[in-house]
Amino acid sequence: MHKLKASAHKEFLLLIRDIGGIAILFIMPLVLIVTITLIQDSTFKTVSDAKIPILVVNNDQGKVSETILKGLEESNAFEVNIKDTEDIAKDLVFKGTFQLAIIIPEGLSSGLEQKVAQNVEGIIEKFGLEDETEGPPNQIIESKVVKLYFDPATQMTFKSSVKNGIDKMVAKIETESIYKAFQEQITDDPTETIFETENFITFKEILPKKDNEELIPNSVQHNVPAWTLFAIFFIIVPLSINIVKEKSQGTFVRLRTNPVSYATVLGGKTLVYLVVCLIQFVLMLLVGVYLFPAIGLPTLDISGRLPLLFVVAIFAGLAAIGLGLLLGTIAKTQEQSAPFGATFVVILAALGGVWVPVFIMPKFMQTLSNISPMNWGLNAFYDVFLRHGSLLDILPEISLLFLFFIATTLIAIVYNEKKNTV
Amino acid sequence: MINIEHISKKYKHADNYSLSDLNLLITEKEIFGLLGPNGAGKTTLISILCSLIKPTSGSFSIDGLTYQKNKNELKQLIGIVPQEYALYPSLTAFENLKYFGSMYGLKGTVLDNKINNSLEHLGLAAFAHKKIDTFSGGMKRRINLIASILHNPKVLFLDEPTVGVDVQSKNVIIEFLQELNKNGATIIYTSHHLNEAETFCTRVAIIDHGKLVIKGKPKELIENSEGSHNLEDVFISITGKALRDHA
Repeated sequence: MHKLKASAHKEFLLLIRDIGGIAILFIMPLVLIVTITLIQDSTFKTVSDAKIPILVVNNDQGKVSETILKGLEESNAFEVNIKDTEDIAKDLVFKGTFQLAIIIPEGLSSGLEQKVAQNVEGIIEKFGLEDETEGPPNQIIESKVVKLYFDPATQMTFKSSVKNGIDKMVAKIETESIYKAFQEQITDDPTETIFETENFITFKEILPKKDNEELIPNSVQHNVPAWTLFAIFFIIVPLSINIVKEKSQGTFVRLRTNPVSYATVLGGKTLVYLVVCLIQFVLMLLVGVYLFPAIGLPTLDISGRLPLLFVVAIFAGLAAIGLGLLLGTIAKTQEQSAPFGATFVVILAALGGVWVPVFIMPKFMQTLSNISPMNWGLNAFYDVFLRHGSLLDILPEISLLFLFFIATTLIAIVYNEKKNTV
Repeated sequence: MINIEHISKKYKHADNYSLSDLNLLITEKEIFGLLGPNGAGKTTLISILCSLIKPTSGSFSIDGLTYQKNKNELKQLIGIVPQEYALYPSLTAFENLKYFGSMYGLKGTVLDNKINNSLEHLGLAAFAHKKIDTFSGGMKRRINLIASILHNPKVLFLDEPTVGVDVQSKNVIIEFLQELNKNGATIIYTSHHLNEAETFCTRVAIIDHGKLVIKGKPKELIENSEGSHNLEDVFISITGKALRDHA
């Protein structure tokens, strides 16, 4: 115990003597979490001062194009710029000046009106409600194409949401036109309400409740656990460097001749770096609770969850430390440990669902995700933050994290013993 | 005290043996010098005796103990002063010594007193609370030495303890080692300073190409070597003048 205490004290001294290192350990995760949350928060809400400039070429000049333009303006997401020709708009988009150009074809309004009228007349005729006198034969009305030009660098998610939005807008215009045409055929009084045009089917999201209060997730509730975990796992880099440094500066050679086990040496490091992880965690919570509301972001709600959050943070920290101990033991140089550690954390984060939710990953990646400690940690955090889980709910995840710590530390000790057996 | 029997060592991917069938007996309270040109096998032998590397074949015991059977007792029995400084640069001299002393189970005022006395003895008391990275080479060598003797080892291995230090530091180190020896410590040391070894060691062994070439008291070796006036003459006559560069 005395040797473990001395080892931990030494690690503590080494850490506090490296002011730059401490700053990186504590400040960078905070910068990361604030930056990511600020960026991602804009996808959770409509930000009026961050409209996306787009181009519209209106060759229609009719009611339909007027409705589309109105819809775009009202969406509050776009800054609409009108251009005269398709070629100009296309050039500007393909050069990357604009993300999107919408080309509304000529005669869209009149074409839609004619098409709807033709269809409605046909239906009315079938019901025998029309004059028996034969009218002119139906002319063929060509379908109209609304062209969309996207900057090649535009992301797929943006493309899909724009396409879906315009599709929905066009469908609504078509439906309204059909209702209007029926109304004109059936009654001469345009004020008479025959059809209710409001949607019959609507959606309502039912959220989990606590004390009869709905728990509404926001960008902060999603981001803080994910990026906190990411930051906690980044402890791998300084920890592995610390071990490699011991080897390169010769202190590890001295320790090998001392009557102290490698487990004790690693134990000292584990204790100190676990405290570092917890301080990082506390700082992130403080940022979520106090700084976020001050800069216009939603407040992180931790009410009643603090003890469980600490439990998850401790086990996630242990898993990260285990990995750092193993990497530091195996790596021969800092050039090996630092880039590997950093890249590996990014891979674990990707697999763990920090960036892309696991459920939309390909099947194979979903299977791989199950073996990422960051996935276990993230699920445990989500259980506490978003699903209001109990200790029992997070038990499987924290058990896996603890087993991971034990396994990686044991491998590190066995590897070291095997390598240095005399 | 130290009984080395048929020790051989061949490193992975090496063409030749670094040590070849080496036999040596070092008795208690000796100051034994391991001498030889670069790459002769001195550091390899010390590393084997300190359990840092494994011999390819052969065996040895220290005070009747072996690493296979008495690992922790042996580690408590020996001290090693490595060629490199083996200290934490950002910690003070006192913090470094306190940590390494703790690893031998020392604690409290016993450890503090031992550290302070040793620092005083080696002229470093005024620098106890200064960081190692502000120390000169000679100061670091002395701290490196203290870190290895806090637990009063019975056997002390020193790998070139005076390399790169000024005459003053060298004298302090040698005097300190002589005192340790007087108090009962057996000292095994490697050095390229043959004049130093001639006066400091009770016995020396010259190793070349991994083999023990000659051993004995410095005075006797000089007398028995024709035309030699000092240990350096003996060394040159045995190992030759050819450069020993190797990679």
